Amino acid sequence: MTALLDLFCVAAISAGTFFFFAGTVGLLRFPDSLTRLHALAKADNLGLGLVALGLIPRADSALSALKLIIIWALVLLSGASTAQLIGRALRRGRK
Amino acid sequence: MSELLLAAAGLIVLAVAVGLARIFRGSDDVERLMAVQLLGTGGIAALLLIAYATHVPGVEDVALGLALLAAFATIAFVNLIDADQGDIEA
Repeated sequence: MTALLDLFCVAAISAGTFFFFAGTVGLLRFPDSLTRLHALAKADNLGLGLVALGLIPRADSALSALKLIIIWALVLLSGASTAQLIGRALRRGRK
Repeated sequence: MSELLLAAAGLIVLAVAVGLARIFRGSDDVERLMAVQLLGTGGIAALLLIAYATHVPGVEDVALGLALLAAFATIAFVNLIDADQGDIEA
């Protein structure tokens, strides 16, 4: 069972790291500001989300597992609102 | 396992640091802001991984603080852009 949980940890954290790389590559290589914003949102939400998900089985107590989920939820909330704000700023700038 | 977590933290910091090249190369302030936001999220992920790899108490709380404050820089920046454009229109 622990080996299975370790495997889950490694898989989720590797996938999270991959999404951070994908976000960086997108930020550097995508042609348009809005597509770059899209790449950034993926790195924020999926990258951190998968890392937090992979760490949850390793948490000592339910409270520290809850702390991981709260951190993810805060980043989801701020990521969604800042993506809207940045998108609006880009659209206004283009007019 | 701890080494693996630390390696993942290092990789994430590396990826985000490469993204910071956008700050120097980028033509637009908004692009730079996006790179800084990626740095913030990558920093949170790296701090969480380091917290679970080293078991130093309190590192998780640093990540929590960073997550709480993540939105403020962007909101202040967008307010500044809006104020600038307001001046130009008026």
